[in-house]
Amino acid sequence: MAATLAQKIIARAAGRETVTPGVVVTAKVDLAMIHDSGGPRRIEPILRDLGVSLWDRDKVVLISDHFVPGDTDEGARILELTRQWAAERKVAFHDGQGICHVVLPERGHLKPGMFVVGGDSHSPTGGAFGAYMFGIGATEMAGVLATGEIWIKVPETILIEWQNRLSDAVTAKDMMLALCGRLGMDGGQYQAVEYTGEAIAALSMQERMTLSNMAAELGAQAGLIAPDATTASYLEQTGANIGPSVDEWQGLRTDPEATLLAHHVFDAAALEPQVAAPHSPANSAPVGEVPETRVDVAYIGACTGAKYEDLKRAAAILRGRRLASGVELQVAPASRRDQDRATAEGIMKVFEDAGAKILANACGICAGYGANRLGENVTCISSTARNFKGRMGAPSSKVWLASPLTVAASAVAGRIADPREFLSDRGNSA
Amino acid sequence: MSGRVFLFGDDIDTDQLAPGQYMKGGIEMLSQHCLEPVRPDFAASVRPGDIVVAGRNFGMGSSREQAAEALRHLGVAAVVARSFAGIFYRNAINLGLPALIAEDIAGICDGDAVEIDLEAGELRLQAKRKIVKLEPLPDNLKRMLADGGLVAHLKKRFTAERNGETGQ
Repeated sequence: MAATLAQKIIARAAGRETVTPGVVVTAKVDLAMIHDSGGPRRIEPILRDLGVSLWDRDKVVLISDHFVPGDTDEGARILELTRQWAAERKVAFHDGQGICHVVLPERGHLKPGMFVVGGDSHSPTGGAFGAYMFGIGATEMAGVLATGEIWIKVPETILIEWQNRLSDAVTAKDMMLALCGRLGMDGGQYQAVEYTGEAIAALSMQERMTLSNMAAELGAQAGLIAPDATTASYLEQTGANIGPSVDEWQGLRTDPEATLLAHHVFDAAALEPQVAAPHSPANSAPVGEVPETRVDVAYIGACTGAKYEDLKRAAAILRGRRLASGVELQVAPASRRDQDRATAEGIMKVFEDAGAKILANACGICAGYGANRLGENVTCISSTARNFKGRMGAPSSKVWLASPLTVAASAVAGRIADPREFLSDRGNSA
Repeated sequence: MSGRVFLFGDDIDTDQLAPGQYMKGGIEMLSQHCLEPVRPDFAASVRPGDIVVAGRNFGMGSSREQAAEALRHLGVAAVVARSFAGIFYRNAINLGLPALIAEDIAGICDGDAVEIDLEAGELRLQAKRKIVKLEPLPDNLKRMLADGGLVAHLKKRFTAERNGETGQ
């Protein structure tokens, strides 16, 4: 029987031959990821109350990223509690190594076909690896850690096909902002989104992760991409033991005859750099259509905007240039490993030379945490995924979303700017 | 259950329900800022038993369950919306806060006195003599709500398992 990728993974996890959309099933969880905010501090009291221990400590990964670097007393206390819990419960723990959605695959925890839950709304990121991964709250996570199970209403699949290839200076972030505008913040209807097409096949894993991550902004439960040679090559580099399972991945795709809820087709070649106006990712438009907007802060950070490739491409725009006067550029590399690589390749030096402030490998103000929250009436252009009112600072602050390239271009111009104006390696100096 | 309606629009997000800057504090403090960006007097005016009614995609954004917990802490008896963001919906039920989908909220006004009948799947506008149909909850969620949320539900299951009975 023809099935979608989502149905195949859920059927296996639920111990069934097939599953039907709309039906509630109980599935066994292959991996549970938690972080310092929704993790131990909220989960431990519930486990105690239930009087149970972890169902399988080898299937739990803890990552500290929300309260890092612990620059407030309360944040430092929460980090300490997190570290104690990791030691007591003996789970895999990545402390201060970066944002959970980036660190989890980077350290080889994810594999295609897995059924995974994460204690964070951007958990659909794991879908980039062909895993069915979705976000849940802390109480539900405590339930998973106690039982190893979770209920799921089998989703329909919305296929999003991107034909042709992206042009220069256009990124996965631009694709997602355009999709948020076209489909709306509830266009995903809490079903499974699956990305496919030539443009997707051509994307790196880090770019695919941005697509899957922001399935959350479409209101989807998961954002899947079928595994291929790019997936295998990434996983081999992480040291994940994929072995003979690569052959099994052949079946991990949506059958051509499978029933879909919708099939949208877009032309990647025609896509221009996008920006989303305050206060919603759905307020997106091509950067050229935005009226002149001065910026105070340019923020290159978050799991959808400060991975190694994001840093590299933003630095290509900043190289040899200075920030516009009055603009502050903040750079929070998404993981320690990505920052180390960027440092080794001279990329971090480009940011420093341009006058950027380098922040911790953490969620930072993207999650509304920490000392760098935006002040009253500040206008910020940000490589993050969400710009809800007051999320990154004062309710009067205004956040525009864009790709890290567009953020870098805007930092140099002092106003929201098109990164294509700054592609100096094209021979025409900007 | 019956109470007064607090009416909101579409796309009420989790940063409005549980602002990030208060997340490090406890629910007592956090709930005092619940919905502050859209309705500054909400925490001060809402009374136990009151009902939040909203448009589409209520609770979009973060997975922080404090968004649902803050409402429950303030005594909100139920949230009725045209649609919910998936994670908020799960969190609400897990915490014992009924999240109910209504096809049409057009006739409901802020301040209306209403009564919700979960069994019948109805929201009744007492003064207007009008009934708004509510989508029935799936059976597993009905059981969880009846038990008082996921933790109470699991306790019941574990107790049953320890006593040698079958779970669920």
